[in-house]
Amino acid sequence: MKLLTANFLSCAVKACKSSPLSFPLHFREAELASKSVPYNPLLLSNLLPRLDWQALVTSSKELGFTLPDAKPELPLRSTTTTTTTANDDGDMNMDGGIGGGVSDEEEKTLRMLHKVLMETEVVEGKMVCGSCGFEYGIHQTVGNFLLPSHLV
Amino acid sequence: MAAYEDQHVHQVYDKIAEHFSATRYKPWPIVHEFLTTLPPGSVGVDVGCGNGKYLNVNPNVFIVGSDRCENLVKIAKDQAPTQDVATADILSQPHRPSSFDFALSIAVIHHLSSPERRVEAIASILELLKPAGEGRALLYVWALEQKNSRRGWDENSEQDVLVPWVLTKQFKEPAKKAGSSEPPGTVESEEGADSEESKPFLRYYHLYKKGELEENVESAGGKVLKSGYEKDNWWAIVERAS
Repeated sequence: MKLLTANFLSCAVKACKSSPLSFPLHFREAELASKSVPYNPLLLSNLLPRLDWQALVTSSKELGFTLPDAKPELPLRSTTTTTTTANDDGDMNMDGGIGGGVSDEEEKTLRMLHKVLMETEVVEGKMVCGSCGFEYGIHQTVGNFLLPSHLV
Repeated sequence: MAAYEDQHVHQVYDKIAEHFSATRYKPWPIVHEFLTTLPPGSVGVDVGCGNGKYLNVNPNVFIVGSDRCENLVKIAKDQAPTQDVATADILSQPHRPSSFDFALSIAVIHHLSSPERRVEAIASILELLKPAGEGRALLYVWALEQKNSRRGWDENSEQDVLVPWVLTKQFKEPAKKAGSSEPPGTVESEEGADSEESKPFLRYYHLYKKGELEENVESAGGKVLKSGYEKDNWWAIVERAS
């Protein structure tokens, strides 16, 4: 399970939906792996506004690494500007890059986000609801959120 | 109801996962268009993602695919390394309400075995979406009206049916023959190749009549933006009504 995914997961128990404690779910006994995936700055830049940064900071801490307290700022990218920029630079961006106009600082932030959100996988472990305490298992990178019948 | 679906939907998919997956690789055009017109950075769910064939259609969006069937979820995870998956039930989804730009549910809602449960399933998808204007879902269900398919159902046929899936030889338990030259089932097929030794698995379906999907969406608190018929299926693009 990616750290990005954890930002969109909460407890599956209906009674927990209204509780702020049901998000984010808390990692326990997590084993991590880094899995290389294609770098996509267009996706990352536009994902950023949709993230709950505080929840991401919390999840990261539970997995043993530290993110900046404040959400980094990145300009939004569009596919149109990508094409224009790419043409101006004569750069085809075959690796999915967003072409010129990216400062070193922005590139550094994007690479950091890529590594944290996309390449960090929780291979084994648990996610625990802060409201009801139910533990969801993660096995071979897949989280199991099926509830026992008494909780449905 | 839940126990019935467990026997006639969940257990069947667990058994046929590998063969089913081999027959599911070509996205339907309406689904393809819905996904490729999303703005970059959109975040969505694919509820009942099966083998994950829609997860890679648009690399500039992020999708969490979920399915009740763990075997299919594992296949999806391997096929979509830039996306993610979870094992989850449509009626108890492990997601934050109102947080998604889009949702897909393709060929899933017809597996729920009462009108109340089908409406509840649609409501549980709508609940995940951002408010009207910001979040939308594409729903797809099997149609009753498919006179030209080889199943030949029409508007007077029985709506609640058990449809057999026959495993072709190479997908049968216990041991698969390595390097078998037998081709997998075809895209259109809902059943594997017939064979006298094959054991059929029966899956429950509710076949939707014209207009019924739209009615269910409204009962669930949704608004239909667009709907239509495509190759034996009814589809609707919907958002939250309020």
